[in-house]
Amino acid sequence: MTQITATNDFVIKFANVNGSGSASANELFAKAILRMGVPVSPRNIFPSNIQGLPTWYEVRVSEKGYLGRRGGIDMMVAMNPQTWAADVEEIEPGGYLFYDSTRPRPASELRDDITVIGMPLTEICNAVYSDPRQRQLFKNIMYVGALSVLLDMDPAAIEGLLGEQYKGKEKLIASNVQALNLGRDFAREHLKHPLPIRVERAHRVGQRIFIDGNTAAGLGAVYGGATLCAWYPITPSTSVAEAYQKYSNKFRVDAEGRHNYAFVQAEDELASIGMVVGAGWNGARAFTATSGPGVSLMTEFIGLAYFAEIPVTIINVQRGGPSTGMPTRTQQADVLACAYASHGDTKHVLLFPEDPKECFEHTATALDLADRLQTPVFVMTDLDIGMNQRLCEPLTWDDARDYDRGKVMTAEDLEHKDFGRYKDVDGDGIPWRTLPGTHPTRGSYFTRGTTRDAYARYSERGPDYIYNVQRLLHKFATAATLVPQPVPRPAAKRTRLGVIFYGSTSPAMHEALDVLAGQGIHLDALRLRAFPFPASVKEFIDAHETVFVVEQNRDAQLRSLLVNELEINPAKLQKVLHYDGTPITARFITEYITDHVHDAVVSPQESKA
Amino acid sequence: MTYIAKPRLHHPSLTRNKVGYTRRDYEGKVSTLCAGCGHDSISAAIIQACWELDIEPHRVAKLSGIGCSSKTPDYFLGASHGFNTVHGRMPSVLTGANLANRDLLYLGVSGDGDSASIGLGQFAHAMRRNVNMVYIVENNGVYGLTKGQFSATADKGSQSKKGVVNADSPVDLVGLAMQLGASFVARSFSGDKAQMVPLIKAAIGHGGAAFIDIISPCVTFNNHAGSTRSYDWVREHNEAVSRIDFITGREEITATIQPGEVVDVEQHDGTTLRLRKLHTDYDPTDRVAAMSYMHARAAEGELLTGLLFVEAEAGDLHASQNTSARPLNSLGKADLCPGAAALDKLNAQLR
Ligand SMILES: Cc1ncc(C[n+]2csc(CCOP(=O)(O)OP(=O)(O)O)c2C)c(N)n1
Ligand code: SF4
Repeated sequence: MTQITATNDFVIKFANVNGSGSASANELFAKAILRMGVPVSPRNIFPSNIQGLPTWYEVRVSEKGYLGRRGGIDMMVAMNPQTWAADVEEIEPGGYLFYDSTRPRPASELRDDITVIGMPLTEICNAVYSDPRQRQLFKNIMYVGALSVLLDMDPAAIEGLLGEQYKGKEKLIASNVQALNLGRDFAREHLKHPLPIRVERAHRVGQRIFIDGNTAAGLGAVYGGATLCAWYPITPSTSVAEAYQKYSNKFRVDAEGRHNYAFVQAEDELASIGMVVGAGWNGARAFTATSGPGVSLMTEFIGLAYFAEIPVTIINVQRGGPSTGMPTRTQQADVLACAYASHGDTKHVLLFPEDPKECFEHTATALDLADRLQTPVFVMTDLDIGMNQRLCEPLTWDDARDYDRGKVMTAEDLEHKDFGRYKDVDGDGIPWRTLPGTHPTRGSYFTRGTTRDAYARYSERGPDYIYNVQRLLHKFATAATLVPQPVPRPAAKRTRLGVIFYGSTSPAMHEALDVLAGQGIHLDALRLRAFPFPASVKEFIDAHETVFVVEQNRDAQLRSLLVNELEINPAKLQKVLHYDGTPITARFITEYITDHVHDAVVSPQESKA
Repeated sequence: MTYIAKPRLHHPSLTRNKVGYTRRDYEGKVSTLCAGCGHDSISAAIIQACWELDIEPHRVAKLSGIGCSSKTPDYFLGASHGFNTVHGRMPSVLTGANLANRDLLYLGVSGDGDSASIGLGQFAHAMRRNVNMVYIVENNGVYGLTKGQFSATADKGSQSKKGVVNADSPVDLVGLAMQLGASFVARSFSGDKAQMVPLIKAAIGHGGAAFIDIISPCVTFNNHAGSTRSYDWVREHNEAVSRIDFITGREEITATIQPGEVVDVEQHDGTTLRLRKLHTDYDPTDRVAAMSYMHARAAEGELLTGLLFVEAEAGDLHASQNTSARPLNSLGKADLCPGAAALDKLNAQLR
């Protein structure tokens, strides 16, 4: 058997039981590697319940900095008897299995093409600890200790982290270090070490930070000037609201101890978006964070906000649908539901962040865009970026940056300017508005979801209606020039093939592009960052014979949007779809494109897949 | 439906209030509701109350849901911003608007369909959050705008115009509001302007959610024999618990009233509510007693009107949120953005 040999480039997966306290130990493991200067990217794969069911933590270690999932597992830490068979099955040939050998597994339950490493974790724990909770918790720390020896990790990195985590609680530090050492000692004395897969100090992390997308989005809302967060709990978006509250508490308390923000846990999504609409109408920046089922409930209000032209920011942390679907799994399956949310002819601005840094930036940008465009703006993140910590460039803020409050007339403006609430004065489709209470005699108007003329007077006249809805289209075209523009990644060689991707698919896509180029398959790539699509998207598609569209849903929703909005021949856009609820892997993309590239080049006008 | 602008010509002899406005300045567009609709009388009472209280019309934000009742904000306070939201969801929009700018006066208008059916949840939560507003339900027991279906407030056994008998128990918004902790609960009758105007004034002076359920007969779909929301029926069964005078802090209190029949309730803004109790055993500051009295009278088929409950110093949503004294919509970058240096510190903690 040839063992997998790798330094700073492997995938390790922890199979645990939900609620057993493994999360912090696993995170400790991942962060310790980061502290050694090696990029890691962990992913929680967890069940939709609180306790008892299986949960996994997959860590990609990649000195090259690939932060997506690669596909395949080099080492499995199998701590859940329930999922044993599937976990063992998943290991790459030549890989490693680490397990609790208190009750050794028979050879029939093992594989002979992998290296099996047993450690009697329960036995050791039971001997050392009497408290059942300690027995459970320290078992986790103990395997981290053993792994650190097997993988040749720097003990100081782990201890340093424990010191930070339990700062001021010396007793806890000591007991954790003790458990860590128990694991280390056992590995040193009883196990062959280090393994052929190992970690070595590198300097590849630099100034990058480790943060999850939801925290970054919540912080983005604070920086972007949101003063109201109205929300209703739903996985995987809840921590956006919680981060907003946490950072508002830290940064937004005035000299009298009063809040420069409001935070309302509404009774449901109908109310949360309603509050955001009310605040937006009244000139405050407001947002809500939700996921698919919440968006469904919000759509009536989203239609009102679109038609009555009210700024609204919605952070949609997508999960597996339809309906309750897979609440704790990831997808990019709300693209169409959000782009066209509500009845009638509606279209909404969508932003697609690729990582926590963009979750931060796009949230602040969404608040600006909502005010500028007076319309709902969605930040379309997903569970994969939202709830997993990701290594990304430090968050930045330009102190010179001012909030774009859009076209709001002041009392002074009203003295000498004509005010028509729905008049296109500037030729960009965006009208001016006034805020309630501005002027004693001028500028008041009635906001409603029913039709009206340019002066906001109720009107069912066809021409008035057409004027309005055409202006809304014009405004949408203006939006295409204001949203974050797509990011091109040209191939090293001239090619007739292109690939379009967006959001959390990004890191796996970048790895796949490198791998494909290594195999001689060159693709020009374009990462979309927003809908409406800027002109460069059509130009990109026109410039290629075949364009793969990679996304994480069953029905190729972004592709539909491209076909529909840009009037592209569908045969030109080839679907690459991954939708089992786990984040897409580089291997999946590479294999799919390799398998289909020949057809694409030979007969590009036929629709594939 | 047409849009009819009212001529804005003022007769020079029209009386002006302390802020310089005539009563006409508190009007809106010409109503397009059916002639005789109770809702128009409520609009007139709102106009009267705001004028008498010297409220600057543009400092009022009027919000509503969908329904005939919800159209009425177009027919009063033409110089205020108005917002016809979606069916049943006025309370959340008003809550958001209120959080954005605490300095305006918020007037929410809704119907019984709007608030007791599709919007029951939002009604309940606005009450328990004690959003500072006047919340008026124009209660006619039917859906007017969709032409005559029973609403959830229609009495069991009452008859629709088509002769259908309602089999379901009614939702009593007043009872609900009391139970949910609302700090100002009243009921009135659109045919009783003398009662409505001071009640609305008192509601405006109140510092939290002030709920007024106003029985407002629908002349088109619910004003026939067999209806318990017709003008005749309400007139016959109306039982007022009190008469109120609303006394602003600036005025000297001169009324002479027999002791023992009067309750003075100081409002948070310095105004006084003077209640002349018609039932000497009725105490509008005792929630439990008020509720049990209401239930007892309801069992007798009586519709109690007047100020049913008030808790003058209840605080409001801004108090529980501990929001800044300045309106949130007036805060700028300096108040809101922690800045680059703070972000650098956060970055450092995330390594
Ligand atoms: C979501 C939704 N469902 C249904 C309607 C149709 N609708 C409009 S008004 C109304 C009932 C209004 O009744 P009420 O609130 O009692 O007001 P009234 O007209 O009697 O004053 C209904 C059902 C709507 N506009 N929106
Ligand atoms: S239908 Fe009834 S509620 Fe509607 S306007 Fe006519 S009378 Fe008023």
